[in-house]
Amino acid sequence: MAADPLKIVYIGKNTGNPYFDSITGGFEDACKSLGCEFEFVAPATAEATSQIPFIEAQIQRGVNVIGIAPNSPDALNQVLADAKAKGILVLTVNGDITGNEQYRDATILPVNFDIVGRDQVEMVGSLIGYEGEIAILSATTEAPDQNKWIVGMNETLKSDPKYAKMSLVATVYGDDQPEKSTTEMEALLSNFPNLKGVIAPTTVGIAAAAQVVQSRGIADKVAVTGLGLPSEMRDFVKDGTVKAFQLWSPYNEGWLAVHFAKGVIEGTIKNEVGSTFEVPNLGTITINANNSINTQAELTTFNAENIDQFDF
Amino acid sequence: MSTLDTTPSTPVTPRWQTLLIRPETMTFLLLVVGIFAGSQLSPFFLDINYILKSFTLYSELAIVALILTMVIIAGEIDLSPAANMALSACLFAWAQASGIPMPVAIGIGLAAGLLMGLLNAWMVISLQLPSIIVTIGTLTLYRGLAQVIAGDKSIRVPEWFIGVDKIMILGIPLPVVLFIVLALVLAVILGGTIFGRQIYQIGTNETAARYAGIRSARIKFSLFLLIGFVASVAGIMTASRLGSVRYDLALGGELQMVLMAMLGGTYIFGGRGTILGTFLAAWLLVVVSTGMIVANVLPAVQLVVLGGLLIVAIIATNLIYSRTQR
Amino acid sequence: MSTLRSILLRRESGIAVMIVLFCLAVGSVKPQFLTLDQLRIILLLTPLIMIGAMGQMLVIVARHVDLSIGSMLGVSAMVSGMLYRYVEVMPWWAGLPISIAVGATLGLGNGLLITLFRLPAIIVTLGTLSLYRGLTFIISNAKQIDRQYIPSELKALSQTSPIFGIPWIIFIAFGVAILTYLFAMHTRVGRQIFALGSNPVAAPLRGIKVTQVTLLVFAISGALSGLAGILYASRWGFVNPSNTGAGFEFQVIAAVVIGGASINGGVGTVLGTVLGVLLLGCVAAALPLLGIPGTSQAAIYGAVILIALVIDRSVRRQGIVGLKRAGA
Repeated sequence: MAADPLKIVYIGKNTGNPYFDSITGGFEDACKSLGCEFEFVAPATAEATSQIPFIEAQIQRGVNVIGIAPNSPDALNQVLADAKAKGILVLTVNGDITGNEQYRDATILPVNFDIVGRDQVEMVGSLIGYEGEIAILSATTEAPDQNKWIVGMNETLKSDPKYAKMSLVATVYGDDQPEKSTTEMEALLSNFPNLKGVIAPTTVGIAAAAQVVQSRGIADKVAVTGLGLPSEMRDFVKDGTVKAFQLWSPYNEGWLAVHFAKGVIEGTIKNEVGSTFEVPNLGTITINANNSINTQAELTTFNAENIDQFDF
Repeated sequence: MSTLDTTPSTPVTPRWQTLLIRPETMTFLLLVVGIFAGSQLSPFFLDINYILKSFTLYSELAIVALILTMVIIAGEIDLSPAANMALSACLFAWAQASGIPMPVAIGIGLAAGLLMGLLNAWMVISLQLPSIIVTIGTLTLYRGLAQVIAGDKSIRVPEWFIGVDKIMILGIPLPVVLFIVLALVLAVILGGTIFGRQIYQIGTNETAARYAGIRSARIKFSLFLLIGFVASVAGIMTASRLGSVRYDLALGGELQMVLMAMLGGTYIFGGRGTILGTFLAAWLLVVVSTGMIVANVLPAVQLVVLGGLLIVAIIATNLIYSRTQR
Repeated sequence: MSTLRSILLRRESGIAVMIVLFCLAVGSVKPQFLTLDQLRIILLLTPLIMIGAMGQMLVIVARHVDLSIGSMLGVSAMVSGMLYRYVEVMPWWAGLPISIAVGATLGLGNGLLITLFRLPAIIVTLGTLSLYRGLTFIISNAKQIDRQYIPSELKALSQTSPIFGIPWIIFIAFGVAILTYLFAMHTRVGRQIFALGSNPVAAPLRGIKVTQVTLLVFAISGALSGLAGILYASRWGFVNPSNTGAGFEFQVIAAVVIGGASINGGVGTVLGTVLGVLLLGCVAAALPLLGIPGTSQAAIYGAVILIALVIDRSVRRQGIVGLKRAGA
């Protein structure tokens, strides 16, 4: 009899979040092909502590690998430490516990987050002819990923002469709620009548911004772009409200996580900075500083030509 | 049992019968059923260390629920303690993070809790506004203020302060021990002192209680202060367990607290209920929640079960009380 | 003279003055707040809350409260969303009656629990708040209904306008308010709700069928939550099992209490509630314009509820001294 199959669980931020369906799909397919057991669980709401009982339960169930999209950068420290002490491989997938990296074994992120800000500025620049006022509509004021990208956007705008004629007039926060994001977007348009472009690096924000522009019929005056889900943005791209936006493949994050976890536990992959391994369909993957692993090098850009090829 | 029933009916019901139709008995039976169901749902459930560990996650709410039971018996309600926990924990964490020495920071947190209790007490008792709406308002206000202070950031507490739940006394985590001790003390106060009887009398008929010379306003005022203070203690304990504080600490905790009191047979219109009931109900809630979580039951089903339990508990309590009295 | 005096003393004038002062204050800092464009933004923020507030007002007048409206909104929006997704032949307008019917059924469920077992509405609806939310997850299998499944005619209700550039959804909201006014003031049952709320003990003696009236009030609250649910799908173009309707109850109760409905039952007006909703809309629209972070919004709402309570009390104290509660 062979050893028990590897038990992998992925804990999402909350249930009903369409973004995680795609990640879970990657986990499921990889587990099917590699013969692991997989379960997806998530709390009903995304507050900082709601994942704790779920992690405790998975420790109790004796899983081998916990993948988690953390709802808090530090509130999970104690329970993740317990999990690691029990010999469980802890991976943060699609979001990291920045500043508390010792409480997980590795992190799997879609792209190197350092390039997101730069790419997004280039995207909005190309849409507005590299000239005019732009604004950022982000998630919450403390969202760590978004804040990192916003820093990147500011640096790119300042340092690259290509964007010298573009000025960032405001950064506002819609808290990832449609209502709040909409009022913030409306306020941007009232406060800055000359606004040319808006970057919304969050799926809720970009949809809300696009809807405001669509209902006002000002798509030719204000360009909306950012990071969004093709399934949520398809209609806006097709009717011309949004010319182009970006994201990555959430599916590949799940796919990679399973291959990595199995390799580490079976000893074929060394979880060390600088070591490399092969993943089917993704090629050679390198473990970067802080045990951070990326599934793709560049952001994927979606536009009217290619959006129908993506079903997430 | 039919032989017993054939005895000539007397106004005195047999002791076994009065015991059987007490709401706490229902809670106890549900607890037994819950433990059995949990062990059937998942082979990983029946492990006393796991259950104790899971209880620590709810212990702060359970501690406040004990005081809430007394508030409800006195004929009032307080929906704000979970928000109070968040605001006092945020104030405490914010104070110590800005360099104020730890004892003073704790003092600030506790004082804030007392102050929040005072605001509730003032509006309910002095202004005679209904506690249910007042505390829905303060619930929004307190959590809102926590959000103003902390934003979406989490505030760290120092490493040495972390881990109240890791301190074991006879193999039981400290928060659980505190809950058990507090339950014992309150059970004695509520069941065996004049003060306790007065709380019941206020809840049964406040006007009559006042004519009987009970200072109902003063007693209710002190109960609101007490729950405010205990909520802040619970908030700071949560901070120690988590190692960091964010405004959404104990979000939605008011539902759990009310659930514990209701499941334990506390009568929503006041005058009846026991600490024992809430004590058992807290364990019931933990058993049901963790039983479902460890069995990987969808959180949606958990919401339905918890909401359904609340309604079933209150229907049962109402029926039991209407049969035993009047 | 006395008519003017009585108008000025009415609760509604107080709120109207508050709205005007608030708008002038914000307008003095940000002149663009006093434009027609801004009025459109404010109005577009309010329709769902206004519809929910009409139901909640009747519930509060009947001396109850309904905390489950956000979850009823979620279930009824999800049922229609699922039908749009899986039944291709379903016409776009069918979601309206379906959502209203689903909401009415759920509301009736609340009402039955409350009347059959003589339970307090607050606890029952606290339970169904959680139960109905769970139901939303279960029927949807925790999957969001994406934009592409919501019919464009339905979405157009929030964007196209029959007249003056004011979208349909706003006309629907004000239509519901007018119907509520007619129902509450000019029908026998409507008046009975007020009679029931102002004195539940005496109500049966006056020939009021307490059970039926209570059931009706909760069914209306549910039906209007259902209408708000389908309009949520129209306004935001998606239905999410966890976000849709979450926290709706707090906004609605805040609006109703600000609008002067008394939690002691028997008192409440449609005009006051409409003004309460508009005041909240002004606050919500002004915050981002002034650059006040959204994190302070909840605190402001909470403070506004408490202030409204205290004002309500002092008004009642000076006005109707005789009605002071015996226990007070």
